Amino acid sequence: MLRYIARRLLEVIPTTFGILVLTFVLFHVVGGSPALSVLGKNATKESIAAFNHRYGYDKPLLWNLEKGAPLYDSQFCHFVGNLAKGDFGVSTQYDEPVADILKRGVGPSLSLTVPILVGGTLVALALALLCAAFRGGALDRAVLVGSTVLMSVNYVVWVLAGQFFLAFKAGLFPIWGYESAAYLALPVLIGIVSGLGVDVRFFRTAVLDEIYRPYVRTARAKGLSGAAILVKHVLRNSLIPIVTYVSLAIPYLFTGSLMLESFFGIPGLGSVSLNAIHSADMAVVRAVVVLGALLYQVVNLATDLCYALLDPRVRLG
Amino acid sequence: MLALLKRLRLGGRICLAVIAAYFALAVYGEVQYRVAKARDVTPSYNVVHEDARYQPPSAAHWMGTDNLGRDVAQRLVQGSRIAFHVGIMTSLIAIPLGVLLGLLGGYFGGKTDSVVVWLCATVASMPGLLFILAISMVVGQGILGIYLGIGLTTWVGVCRTIRAEVMKHRDRAYVQAARVLGYSPLRIMFRHILPNVAHIILIQFSIRFPGAVATEVFISFLGIGVQGEPSWGIMINNARLRLWQGIWWEMTFVSLAIFTLVLVFNHLADELRDLLDPALRNER
Repeated sequence: MLRYIARRLLEVIPTTFGILVLTFVLFHVVGGSPALSVLGKNATKESIAAFNHRYGYDKPLLWNLEKGAPLYDSQFCHFVGNLAKGDFGVSTQYDEPVADILKRGVGPSLSLTVPILVGGTLVALALALLCAAFRGGALDRAVLVGSTVLMSVNYVVWVLAGQFFLAFKAGLFPIWGYESAAYLALPVLIGIVSGLGVDVRFFRTAVLDEIYRPYVRTARAKGLSGAAILVKHVLRNSLIPIVTYVSLAIPYLFTGSLMLESFFGIPGLGSVSLNAIHSADMAVVRAVVVLGALLYQVVNLATDLCYALLDPRVRLG
Repeated sequence: MLALLKRLRLGGRICLAVIAAYFALAVYGEVQYRVAKARDVTPSYNVVHEDARYQPPSAAHWMGTDNLGRDVAQRLVQGSRIAFHVGIMTSLIAIPLGVLLGLLGGYFGGKTDSVVVWLCATVASMPGLLFILAISMVVGQGILGIYLGIGLTTWVGVCRTIRAEVMKHRDRAYVQAARVLGYSPLRIMFRHILPNVAHIILIQFSIRFPGAVATEVFISFLGIGVQGEPSWGIMINNARLRLWQGIWWEMTFVSLAIFTLVLVFNHLADELRDLLDPALRNER
């Protein structure tokens, strides 16, 4: 078990390094200095130089070979070093540390994404079990066709249609704002429905993968009812792929939802990132991208370790 | 290919016909676009008619006109042109990249495979849509940013499936025979193994295409993607402002156009998967 944990921990290092390099290349090498987009077209050479100096964009990219300067006095090393210190730089748009902006945004994002994930998973799981219980029947086919239809509706259309019909026309929900739980109801509903198609299809195959196993036949031969077999035996085993699938969504809980947040005025990380993209605020976009990717590593690692703990086949295989 | 067509069920054939119709419209749109460009005139779908704003659907304008009096149906045709551009171009980036890396990793194993797996894990860790948006932001707003953003992030799925399949083929008799004959690894990979895993490319293409189209709509809707040309995303964004005043036609027809194309592609992908690879059916 210890060997497995050690091996899995070591695997995190190259991937994390890859993430850092990829982000750095994207934002610092391809993207260049954001001076022009912040200062505007009419910026003088002096003001650009001053801007680059202030935010460290005038340093060499990977390593510093200048005399008297330490080798690590480069943009990449500073980038990594600052990340390790929890310093994500300064937002060029708000002139405020990015870390503060992020801290403010996580709460609202979670208040939107957690109910979507929990609600969506439960509904999809219930539908998948129904499909499995009546597999091949009319209900199963209807749910399957329905899922394909649901997943073909564009996300943008879901948001706009929900806002237009349910909030504006029917007046069932507040249209815009972040004041009470009622304001979250519609975005959560839209989030659940728009993700339902893909989820149901995945969960259904996960359940059906188990349902033809010999232990199910044994259980039936023992005289157990269909419902008991489904919930007590089949569901437990099909939870393995389902939990993996759901856990992959956890990093995205923190980075929030771009569309839902900006369209319903929820001040979470999704709308923060979208604003940052619109105003070319690189430091913020970079921070959210890096944090999202690193969180993905952490969650992935945690999931794998949990499996190793629960399932000997994983750590021995 | 023809044999495959015969094996498709009725639903799959209908989907294929719908896709062909969209493709014909896209080709028509491309011709219209090129001709206008060559003559250096504003194409008819972009000409402003002040006197014909917000016309509901009629015989002259089947799908009505928008806020500048432009014909919605004509703009939809241009939208499908852009959708096909995005679907095809991103596939041309993602599929060769994924196939090449998948072949290399699956065939050689060992250190090469570790590098491939590392690349896949790194790119897969990046937060999907945000990463695509960041790429198109950095590359500069426009359709090139969309091609690169979607293309460079979605090869991972292709790579993983190809790699897994190549691993199964690596020690089969026909590969061993080719090796005994002294063929180079490259020749074995591309001439012997690739034809045997080619069905995965077709399946992956049909899965990727609707995803790329939907992502483009989203990015262009946000104003970061296509500029100046009527992409479906831009049309939705344009239509949403007047939806509240009862101008329903632009929004309805654009949404329907996207929905139909994505739906038929999704269904076709399902049928192709069932048909070509029963073992793959349980994935995803």
